[in-house]
Amino acid sequence: MWRRLSALIRKELLVILRDPKSRVLLIGPPLLQLILFSYATTLDVTNVSIGVLNQDPGRWSVEFISRIQGSSVFREITPLHRISDIREAIDNQKVIAAVHFGADFSRNIEAGVPADLQIMLDGRRSNAAQIVNGYLDQIANAVNAEASSRQGRRVAGDNVLERYWFNPSLEFTWFTVPNLVGSIALLISLMVTGQSVARERELGTHEQLMVSPLRVHEILLGKTLPPLVVGLFHSTMFVLATVFLFEVPLRGSLIMLYLSLVLYLVCVIGVGLFISSIAQTQQQAFLGVFLFAAPAILLSGFATPIDNMPDWLQTFTMINPLRHFLVIIKGVFLSAMPANELLTHSIPLLLIATFTLGAASIFFRRRIG
Amino acid sequence: MANLAVRRFAALLRKESLQIVRDPSSILIAVVLPLILLFLFGYGISLDATRVKIGIAIESNSAPANALASAFRISPYFDAVGARDRRELESEMVAGRLKGIVVIPAEFGENFARSPETATIQIIADGSNPNTARFVTNYARGVWGNWQRQMLAETGGREALVRTEARVWFNPELKSRYFLVPGSIAIVMTLIGTLLTALVVAREWERGTMEAMMATPVGVLQLLAGKLIPYYVLALASMSVCTIIATLLFDVPMRGSVFALFVIATAFLFPALGQGLLISAVTKNQFVAAQAALLSGFLPAMLLSGFIFEIDSMPVVIQWISYIVPARYLIPCLQTVFLAGDIWSLFLPNIGQMLLIGSVLFVAAVRNTRKRLD
Amino acid sequence: MTTLVQIADVSKSFGADVHALCDITAAVEPGTITGLVGPDGAGKTTLMRLMTGLMMPDNGTISVFGLDTKHDAERIQASVGYMPQRFGLYEDLKVRENLELYADLRGLPAGERAAVFARLLNFTGLALFTERLAGRLSGGMKQKLGLACAMVQTPKLLLLDEPSVGVDPISRRELWRMIEELAGQDIGVLWSTSYLDEAEKCDRVILLNEGTMVFCGKPAEMTERVAGRVVRLTNIQGRRRKLLATTLGLAGVVDGVIQGSSIRLVLKAGMDTEDIKRVLSEKSDIVDIEPAAPRFEDAFVDHLGGGPGGYSKLAEAMAIVADRGQPVIEARGLCKKFGDFVAAQDMTFSIPRGEIFGLLGPNGAGKSTTFKMLCGLLPPTSGEGRVAGFDLGRARADARGRLGYMAQKFSLYGDLSVLQNLEFFAGVYGLGRAERKRQIDAMTDAFDFKSHLKASTRELPLGFKQRLALACAVMHGPEALFLDEPTSGVDPITRREFWTHINGLVERGVSVLVTTHFMEEAEYCDRIALIYQGRRIANGSPDELKAQAATPSLPDPTLEDAFIAMVEASDADAAAA
Repeated sequence: MWRRLSALIRKELLVILRDPKSRVLLIGPPLLQLILFSYATTLDVTNVSIGVLNQDPGRWSVEFISRIQGSSVFREITPLHRISDIREAIDNQKVIAAVHFGADFSRNIEAGVPADLQIMLDGRRSNAAQIVNGYLDQIANAVNAEASSRQGRRVAGDNVLERYWFNPSLEFTWFTVPNLVGSIALLISLMVTGQSVARERELGTHEQLMVSPLRVHEILLGKTLPPLVVGLFHSTMFVLATVFLFEVPLRGSLIMLYLSLVLYLVCVIGVGLFISSIAQTQQQAFLGVFLFAAPAILLSGFATPIDNMPDWLQTFTMINPLRHFLVIIKGVFLSAMPANELLTHSIPLLLIATFTLGAASIFFRRRIG
Repeated sequence: MANLAVRRFAALLRKESLQIVRDPSSILIAVVLPLILLFLFGYGISLDATRVKIGIAIESNSAPANALASAFRISPYFDAVGARDRRELESEMVAGRLKGIVVIPAEFGENFARSPETATIQIIADGSNPNTARFVTNYARGVWGNWQRQMLAETGGREALVRTEARVWFNPELKSRYFLVPGSIAIVMTLIGTLLTALVVAREWERGTMEAMMATPVGVLQLLAGKLIPYYVLALASMSVCTIIATLLFDVPMRGSVFALFVIATAFLFPALGQGLLISAVTKNQFVAAQAALLSGFLPAMLLSGFIFEIDSMPVVIQWISYIVPARYLIPCLQTVFLAGDIWSLFLPNIGQMLLIGSVLFVAAVRNTRKRLD
Repeated sequence: MTTLVQIADVSKSFGADVHALCDITAAVEPGTITGLVGPDGAGKTTLMRLMTGLMMPDNGTISVFGLDTKHDAERIQASVGYMPQRFGLYEDLKVRENLELYADLRGLPAGERAAVFARLLNFTGLALFTERLAGRLSGGMKQKLGLACAMVQTPKLLLLDEPSVGVDPISRRELWRMIEELAGQDIGVLWSTSYLDEAEKCDRVILLNEGTMVFCGKPAEMTERVAGRVVRLTNIQGRRRKLLATTLGLAGVVDGVIQGSSIRLVLKAGMDTEDIKRVLSEKSDIVDIEPAAPRFEDAFVDHLGGGPGGYSKLAEAMAIVADRGQPVIEARGLCKKFGDFVAAQDMTFSIPRGEIFGLLGPNGAGKSTTFKMLCGLLPPTSGEGRVAGFDLGRARADARGRLGYMAQKFSLYGDLSVLQNLEFFAGVYGLGRAERKRQIDAMTDAFDFKSHLKASTRELPLGFKQRLALACAVMHGPEALFLDEPTSGVDPITRREFWTHINGLVERGVSVLVTTHFMEEAEYCDRIALIYQGRRIANGSPDELKAQAATPSLPDPTLEDAFIAMVEASDADAAAA
C-alpha cells in the first residue's frame, strides 16, 4: 500500500514541480499577490484631498488649516471661494470633504464665544468620510485646547489616554497580511486540488488510475497529501514574508499555528476534492472553486468584521474554515492568544475537515464506484 | 446584399441567445453569481461598526465613574460589559471577544471631584483590526466628550470654543451598504462582460465552431458583434435586476436617472466586453481564459477600483495600475447615480476614460481575431 | 471541366522546427473524391486550412476556383463547404437550429429552405431528430449533421477533415455513400483520413507522410507497385502468430500482417512465391500460398521501406504467464442499465490464456460498456466479471493488479518525463525497488527509450507515445491486457510494430481484450463478439464471421462487409418481430 501511495504522491508532486516554469509560477504569483494585495487592500485613509472655504480673515482658521496641512491624512488642500464651489468639488469627487470657516470664526474665538465650523462630507464614500471626520474632530479639539489655554479658560481637555493593543501604531499591513495569508492559501489549495481530478479526467489518466490496483482511499490520500505539502510550503513562505518583509510581530506559538494550518488546509483540500469529483472539466472545477472562494473570503471577517453581520449570517459563517483560521492566525501573530483559546478555535476546523473530507470521499467513491 | 448581411447577423444573434439560455455555466455566471454577490454585499458586508463589544473597567468606585459607565452602556455604538478590574477584561480582548476597553481609573472619582476637566480616562482598542480600532476610539471619545461637556455645563464650566458641525451628504446615516451595493453591480457587470464573454468565445475556439464560422462568408466584425450584443443585453438585464433588488430590498436610494445608469453601464461594457474578447482570442482555451479573466478582470475590479479600498491611500505604483482598470471609472459613476443624482460633469470624464480603454481593447481584440488560424 | 484546387509548391512551417508541409503540389478536380490520406500529424489538417484561406502558405500558391487564397479568401469561402475535425456544430443547439444557422450564414434564400432541409435531413437520416440537441447525438450522427451543415448551400468544393474518425463501419459506409452521390453532382470532395483502406475507394489520392507528399494520383497507380508481390498463407498448422514472426524475419518479406487465420505477406520485388514456399517448408509447417489482391496499405508500407520485422524484444523480456487451466477474462451474464436504458445485456464469454478477443460494434452499441465493466471501470448492474480468477466486484484490487490497460488516447502524464511515467506506473502496480529497476531497464531496452528518458512525454511523437503507453500497461507483467482502440490514427509501421509486440505477448500467454472500429485490427483477433443494441449478435473467429456473411453475390466478404451484414440482419429480425 505504501509503495503505491508513494508513487502516487511522487507523481502529484512532479506534475506540480517538474516544469521549471511551473516552479516559478508556484512561488512568484502567490508572493506577488501577497505583496500587491497587502498594499492595495487598505481601509486606511491617507493622502485624500480636502476642500477649504475660508471666509475668516483671522488667525484661527489659518491655525486650523496649517494643522490640516501637517497631517499625513490629507494630501492636498483645495482652496474654495464660494459656497457653490463646495457643492461642485464634492459632487465631482475632487475632494472627499470640505471645511467651511465663517467670516466670524476667529472673531468669535477671540471673544470667547463658541465658533462654529462646518464640515461637509461625501457620503458616497462613507467609510473614508467618517475617518476624515474623526481626524478633523481631533484637530478641532487641539485648536480648542490651544485657544482656551491662551484665554485661561476652564474647558474639557483632550484628556484621553489612547492605547492600541497588538498593533500600537495601527499599521494596516499588520491586519491585511495575516488575513491575506489565509485567503491566498485558500485560493491556491482550492485551485491545486480542484483541478487535479478534473484534469486527469480530461487527459484520460483518471481511467488509467482506476484500472490500477490503487484503492479509492489510496487515491484520495494521494490527492490530499501533495496539496497539503504544497499548501504548507506556501504558508511557510508567507509566514516568512509576513515576519521579515512586512515586519509583523510573531508573538504566539508557531507550533499551534502549524497545527491549525494543517487542519485548515485539510478542510480546504476536502472542499477542493469535493468540487473536483463533481466537475467534468477543468473549467467547471474552476467555476466551482470561484463559487466557493468568493463567499468564503467575503464572509471570513477579512473584508468586514463578523460582528457587523446580521445574526443569522454570523451563525452561517461558522461553517467557513477561513473564518476560524483567520482568528487563529491573527491570534498567533498579533495578540499572542493562549493555547487553550487557539485550541477552541481549532475544534471547528477539525469538525469541518472531517466533514469535507468525508463528503469528498463519499462523492469520489460514488462517481467511480 | 444588405438584406443578406442582416439575415446573417440575425442568425448569429439568435444562435448566441439560444446558447446563453441552454448553457448552465452562462446561467451560473449571469444569474446565480450576481445574486450571491449582491446578497453578500447587501447583508454580509458592512463597514459600519454598530454595537461593537467593549468592556468598561470601572476601577473607581464613585458616582461620576458610574455615571460615565452608564453613558457608555446606553450608547448605541457599543455593547458594553462592565467589570471592576481591567484585568478581568484583558483576557477577553486577547481572545478577540472584546474590541476595546474603556478604563475609568481608580483615581477618577477623586480627580473629578477636584476639577472635572482634568479627570482622565483610558481607551484601549484591539489594533489587530485597525479600522474597527479607530471606530472604537472615535466613538468612545465622542461618548466621553459629550459626557464631559454635560458635566461641565452642570458644574458651571463653559462650552468648547471650536464646535464642529459635520454634514454627510448623500448618505447622512453613513450606511456602507449604500455604496457597497452599487459597487457590487460593477463586479457583476465585470463577471458577465469579461469572464462570461471570454469563456464563451474561448469555447467556440475549443470546439472548432469558430473554425467552421470562419470558413463561411461571415465577416470578422459581424462575427464579433454577433457575440457581443447578446452579452451586452444580458449584462444590462443583470444590472437591471440588481438595481431593482438594491432599491427595493436593500433600500438603496436611486437619485439619478435610469437613463444615466444605462449610459454609464454601456460605457463600461465597452471595455469589459473588449477585454473578454481579447482574452478569448489570445488564449483560445476556456480554462486559461477563465483564469485570465479572473486575474485581469474580477480581482482588479474588486481591489483596485475604489469599490471598498480607497485608491488615494494606496502606494503610488498601485495607483498607476488602477488607471487602466475600467471599473475604477465605473464605481464613482455608479455611486453617484444611486446616491447623488445625475452629475454629468462627473460622468462624462469617466465615460470618456472607459471608452478610451475600450477602444484600445477592441482594436487589440479585432486584430487577434482575424479570419486566420496561423 | 476546370480544376477546383491547384496547389503549387506549398510549404508551411509553425515556428522554426515544425515543418507541417514541404513542397506540396497537387490538385482537386470537380466530380471526384480526392482522398487526403496519411497518419496523424502528416499535415492533412494544415493543407485543408490552407485551402479554405484560414491559413496562408509560407511558400507556393494555392488557388481555389482560380482565385488565390491570399487575396480572395472571402470569395472562396462563399463557395466552399468545410467540415472541421470537430464538426463545427453548436452542441447547445438543436439539429434544426444548427441547420438554420448555417443556412442564414450562407445566405440560403428562405424560399428554398424547406426543400433543402428536407433533402439534407432525408439524405443524412436525421429527419427524426430535428429537435434533438446536437450535443446529444452519437458520433456518427454528429458527422452527418456536420456534413449537412457544410452542404446547406450546395458548395462547389467540399472539404471534410477526418469525417470517419470515431465512426463505426456502418455510419462510415453511409457517409461514404452520401459523398459518392455528391461527387456524382460534379462537386469536388476532399476527404481526409488516416484509414488507408478508405484511400482505395477514392478517385484520386494525395498521400502525405510527415509533411511530405508520398504520392498523388489514382490509388491503383499506388497499389500497382506491389502487384504480384502480395500473397496469403492459408491452412496454417500450429500458431500463426509464431509463423508470422518467423516469416517477417525472412529476407524476402517486406511486410506481413495477420488476417483472420491466414497471414498476408508482401514480398520483395523479384521474390517468387515458390521461393517463399520452399523457405517456409524448410522452416516448419506446410502451408498453402495463394496470391492476394494488393492493397493501398501494402503499397504504402512498401514505399516506406517495409514493416518493422516480427521480433518483439518486449515479449522476450516478459515472463511467461503460467497456465492455470482457467479462463483469464470471464464475463458471466454482465448486464448494465442506465435508468431504463439497457446498455449491455447478458454478456457471457470467456477468454482463455494466450488469446486475443475482439469486441466490435457500432457506436453506442454497448461494446465500451462491456469493456469497461470487464476492466473494473464500471460496476455491472448484474452478473460478474472475472480477471485471472478474481471477481472484479469483490477482489477488485487483486483483479486490477493482474490486468494492463491501454486507453485510446494514450493516457500518460504529459508533464512528466518518460522515465517518471514508467516509475509512476511501476509504483502504482506495487513493484518493489529491484523489480521496478529491472522492468524499467527492460522497457527502455525493448522500446529504445534510452535517448528520450528525460524528455517530456507531451513532446514525444505519436508513435513514441504509443510505445510508452504499451510499456506502462505491461510493466507489471499482466495476465490480461485491455486495449481500447489502440492504434487509431497511427501510421501503418507503428501499428505493425505494436501488433508485433502484442502477438509476442500473446505467445507468452497473455490474454487480450480489444475494442476497435478498425477492421485491420479486428483481423488480429482469435475470436470476435459483435455487439449491437446492447446484445451480442454474433460470435466467432474472423473467418467464421466472414463465412457467415458470405452470399452468392459476395463470396469473399471483408470483415467490414460481414459486420454490416450482421447488423442489418439484426435490424431486419427486430423489424420482423
